[in-house]
Amino acid sequence: MSGPSNYKPTTAFGKWMHERLPIMEMVQGQALDFPTPKNLNYWWTFGGILAVMLVVQIVTGVVLVMHYTPHVDLAFASVEHIMRDVNSGWLLRYMHANGASMFFIAVYIHMFRGMYYGSYKAPREVLWMIGVLIYLVMMATAFMGYVLPWGQMSFWGAKVITNLFSAIPFVGDSITTLLWGGYSVDNPTLNRFFSLHYLLPFVLAALIGLHIWALHVPGNNNPTGVSVKSSQDTLPFHPYYTMKDAFAIVVFLMFYAAWVFFAPNYLGHAINYQEADPLVTPAHIVPEWYYLPFYAILRAIPDKLGGVLAMFGSILILFALPWLDTSKVRSGSYRPIFKQFFWIFAIVCVALGYLGSKPAEGWYVVFSRILTAYYFAHFLVILPLLGLLESPKPLPSSISDDVLAKKNPAAVPAE
Amino acid sequence: MSTAEHAEVNRRDFLYIATGAVGAVGAALTAWPFINQMNPDASVLAMATVEVDLAPIAEGQAITIKWRGNPVFIRHRTGPEIEAAKAVKMEELPDPLARNANVKEGDPATDVNRVVGEKEQFLVMMGVCTHLGCVPIGNEGEYAIVEGGGKMGGWFCPCHGSHYDTAGRIRKGPAPENLPVPVYSYLSDTKIRIG
Repeated sequence: MSGPSNYKPTTAFGKWMHERLPIMEMVQGQALDFPTPKNLNYWWTFGGILAVMLVVQIVTGVVLVMHYTPHVDLAFASVEHIMRDVNSGWLLRYMHANGASMFFIAVYIHMFRGMYYGSYKAPREVLWMIGVLIYLVMMATAFMGYVLPWGQMSFWGAKVITNLFSAIPFVGDSITTLLWGGYSVDNPTLNRFFSLHYLLPFVLAALIGLHIWALHVPGNNNPTGVSVKSSQDTLPFHPYYTMKDAFAIVVFLMFYAAWVFFAPNYLGHAINYQEADPLVTPAHIVPEWYYLPFYAILRAIPDKLGGVLAMFGSILILFALPWLDTSKVRSGSYRPIFKQFFWIFAIVCVALGYLGSKPAEGWYVVFSRILTAYYFAHFLVILPLLGLLESPKPLPSSISDDVLAKKNPAAVPAE
Repeated sequence: MSTAEHAEVNRRDFLYIATGAVGAVGAALTAWPFINQMNPDASVLAMATVEVDLAPIAEGQAITIKWRGNPVFIRHRTGPEIEAAKAVKMEELPDPLARNANVKEGDPATDVNRVVGEKEQFLVMMGVCTHLGCVPIGNEGEYAIVEGGGKMGGWFCPCHGSHYDTAGRIRKGPAPENLPVPVYSYLSDTKIRIG
């Protein structure tokens, strides 16, 4: 990690430590003095919020494991045991279950912020791609966690999602058997999902370390998209952004607590309080809300392999986003046409989520197909063309000029 | 390393190649048990056969049993159901293969190829949709026989809308294959062993 640091150990212990492990130098350079654009708005606080949510999930998860039994005959009962018998067990479980949803709300806001302000563009492509990888690992982790209570939706969700791999030509069936450890989702499946659900959050923590490393090489993007040009444009991370992030984190935690205490089951499915039955599929199976747009894309394609490819493709295409967007201008604030397409795209994603929650019949299928086509067109047609055709608005000469112009429009004459 | 300095093969070159070769083969061999442990274990394989008495299943009735963790549908089909299945031309079928583990691979999906021993009244097949593994609902879908006010035979998968006909063959929807017929044999006239 680079970054200016004028760290000078002052105490005798500090000097002794500095010669052996210069950790305080890194803390000061990367976390305290780190130069950060002075115009970051509240959309930039979601990175910090996500870090807090990961810690919340790990802490509540480690505690839940102390009371949970990963066996098909006992798992469902042990979750009820947590809800009824364990002291504050209901609270810990609701924190963990709703924490997953909050984690995804925050990550979606974080991703759309990156898309609006062009945070994926050079020199931040690797930063963005590590982010997409984090998102994929999050999805895998949440999916396996949802299987653990061994309710009806846990079981059938697991069955449908693992069956996606059977669409792969030739080796598909061997892969699903390997994932299941049997001929169906059963005890071996539950055990391995439990093991991996415990492992992956620590993989996430490591990936987040890389994400922050890749962030601290070029530094933060900002709402103007204009690169930092001088020290006039930045502020030290502490106390300015530690305070701003802390404030946003507390507000977000209040929002989270409102779900936990007042609507703890709103985001779940009632049928998951019925124990898994391998012989009966519930009439209407749907994944958790954060997968719904991708589920709609899966069902929009009337072919098994095609549907699976479209679904994975809709996520993997994000890896190519830095090269699909041909515009040199980062921030959507200076791209009048892009801005409109950005909001259309956001609405399309939400609409796909709505369609994913509905049965695959009639008009729902028709709209799913239209919106799936639009989703891919946004990346493959609209973004590449816009960069070539659109004339962006004039950019401010620096972050500092922009801030001053907004504060006092008369003080800085327009160029 | 320039070739001028090390024109001859020396001890370090030998160690480099030997270590690399043993390391690569060793890594591959070590990886195998870590992958293979995920495959079905001995206790799972041990549960792999089940015997069923077909005598109590009346005509038009169906039962579901569990085999290898999955549902198996056993249906005592009525005459009209069998006739409807026989009347279908092979070129109308999205999947023209029998998908019956008891006949030759590649045999066509005629009605008689979907059962064992020409006992066409007993249709035995996996109750697992070939799309994404849900359990289809019996006496439902667009290919069931309509008799009086009710539907007979035919299956419909509620998850993603696949329709199967009275011989369990896929006719409409995203599922790519007919419902597979597991290996089974008649122990007596009315008793079968699956697996």
